[in-house]
Amino acid sequence: MFKFIKKILLIITILLLVWIDLPENFKIKNYTINPLSLNFNLFGWQIKKEFKTHLGLDLKGGSHLVFQVDTSKVSLSDLQDALNSARDIIEKRVNFFGVSEPTVQTLKSGNNYRINVDLPGIENVNEAVVLIGKTAQLSFFEQNPQEKVASGSSIYSTLTKNTGLTGKNIKKSQVVFDQQTGKPQVSLSFNKEGTDLFSQITGRNIGKPVAIVIDNMIISAPTVQQQISEGNAVITGNFTVDEAKKLAIAINSGALPLPIKLVEQKNIGPTLGAVEVKKSVIAGFFGLVMVLIFMIVYYGRLGFIASMALLIYGLISMAVFRLIPVVLTLPGIAGFILSIGMAVDSNILIFERIKEEQRKGKDFDIAVRLGFGRAIDAIKDANITTLTVAFILFNPLNWEFLPQFGMVKGFALTLAIGVATSLFTGVVITKKLIEVFYKKNG
Amino acid sequence: MVNFLKYQFLYFLISFFVIGFGIFSILKWGYRYSIDFTGGTTLEYQVKDKVYNLKTKPLNEVEQKNLITSLEKKNKAKITVLRLETVGPVLGKETISKTVIASVLAIVGILIYMSFAFKGFNYAISAILAMIHDFFVVVGSYSLLSHFFGAEVDLMFVTAILTTMSFSVHDTIVIFDKIREYLKEEGKGSIEYFANKALTETMARSVNNSMTIVFMLLALILFGGSTIRFFIITLLIGTITGTYSSPFVATPILVWLTRLSFRALRLRSGQAPRSGVEESNYENS
Repeated sequence: MFKFIKKILLIITILLLVWIDLPENFKIKNYTINPLSLNFNLFGWQIKKEFKTHLGLDLKGGSHLVFQVDTSKVSLSDLQDALNSARDIIEKRVNFFGVSEPTVQTLKSGNNYRINVDLPGIENVNEAVVLIGKTAQLSFFEQNPQEKVASGSSIYSTLTKNTGLTGKNIKKSQVVFDQQTGKPQVSLSFNKEGTDLFSQITGRNIGKPVAIVIDNMIISAPTVQQQISEGNAVITGNFTVDEAKKLAIAINSGALPLPIKLVEQKNIGPTLGAVEVKKSVIAGFFGLVMVLIFMIVYYGRLGFIASMALLIYGLISMAVFRLIPVVLTLPGIAGFILSIGMAVDSNILIFERIKEEQRKGKDFDIAVRLGFGRAIDAIKDANITTLTVAFILFNPLNWEFLPQFGMVKGFALTLAIGVATSLFTGVVITKKLIEVFYKKNG
Repeated sequence: MVNFLKYQFLYFLISFFVIGFGIFSILKWGYRYSIDFTGGTTLEYQVKDKVYNLKTKPLNEVEQKNLITSLEKKNKAKITVLRLETVGPVLGKETISKTVIASVLAIVGILIYMSFAFKGFNYAISAILAMIHDFFVVVGSYSLLSHFFGAEVDLMFVTAILTTMSFSVHDTIVIFDKIREYLKEEGKGSIEYFANKALTETMARSVNNSMTIVFMLLALILFGGSTIRFFIITLLIGTITGTYSSPFVATPILVWLTRLSFRALRLRSGQAPRSGVEESNYENS
């Protein structure tokens, strides 16, 4: 009875794996097949998960941009904040393009700071480059006197008149604290031209809001309390320290942006990637079939079992790739192919050991047990060494003296997942399969 | 049992010539470098089902646009841009130096792990020397590929080398594990005897395992896309040398090292070095 339940569980697990691994938008006659996607509520937790293959830029097409950041004009203490806000601003600009899954990262290498932007599937790259590369525009907007305030509409919608005061006019913005209440405020100090302009603006807008706009988005709209003619102002409000800091950074980065320069650009057209993927899938299929035939011809029934283990291994790895999700690139596929080789190796090692024990005249049952026991040592040592290599190449702590992104990391990640999975299938699944299939017929 | 170690000299000659030829090629012809390393712009484009490749100095956005327009004028047809890459020259060098550091760390990691797992440095050092052997085989043969078939040194090549290096150690450990096991089980016997016995036992497994990888790679070469062809060929060379080096480079080195350290031990304890059956007891302590 217990065995029966176990078998049922195994079958359910395999079916689940197959479901997760189904191709996307695959059409058979009138039906469209799609992999499992979850979207439900469990005890108040919204669970939403789509199991889809994420392809890297080299396979999907898209654009990989690297910008060099000019940090010469920023003091070291402000650098990190400035970098973060530069990244945030770029992220906002990229989102404006509506590409799915963009990534924006800052990278440090020696004294070089870079911002790495990946835009999968983007068509108009030049426009993106221009938009990302332009320095953030900070400006101030006031209410347009010609426009009537419609009742009920947001006050923001009325702030449409550009005052002509821009980020160029701001010397510095920082967080200060109210001497009486201790509340955080954001100070602004203007240069000479800015002082004059700000004095005029505040003079005609007493009691009204004046919006601070970065990249056409209102980030704050403080109300003018009095005319400010000395060129120093504070923005008060119910800020937390963190909010005040963010506002100051946003104003600073608009005012004193880090100039960035494009140093690397890789555009892969969507056709090339698609052709590569299709060819790789076909090649992978033929390769796998050849491997399976070879195993079955050479090892007979054991080879058949190994083939099944290998297929299960493929299913599990694919499912893990989709679960995490791993972004598959060409080097990633290389890592995966290598790990397939190592997964087969685990099985071959076990079989050769079983054969060896049988040659010594042991019963099949005992030979299987001894063979597994003996093979484990070699499998463990070989795979732990590979995992060590993968771990160092993956650079999980993101140390700057090791590869921080891209090709090498993609390779290391799929290799590590593949090897870890193969440890599991090679040892657990193969053993189960031998117990189930071999003994009965053997 | 086959006496594999009898032909040590032959293995040495093979490795010597393969690596020697590769190094000769590196010195004489060097490599073609992709823009990943030199900096520049490459454009891969398609006109009426034909694919062309173009490489120039780094171009900015406007220059890129002009280039494409002028190409369209020249061909009197619309071209499809398959790939357009511009790389500054600094990045590639940085990637290389970082990868080298990572590889050195990986080697240290292997050294430490193997020293623990095999209780002593001899195994670890032999495995790493065989790995370095494979590194030179791949690097050397890639220079030939580069000279005769136009393969470029790019980041994919770096990945292929890393793959070869991990595979090489993986493969070596399986044989070493066998030697370690025989030493544990039988105790008495010379290291040559155990090495030969282990090689005889594992040869089928080594070849079979590599065959499966070779099948995968052959399929990728035959049916796979053109952008990864040289990458796959490099992996194929790496797999072959990785398989070859385990029994024919790593194992002889292990035997030499074991004998050397055994002799050193004997000399230190004031005894004359002897060869023979009892030597194995040293490993077994």
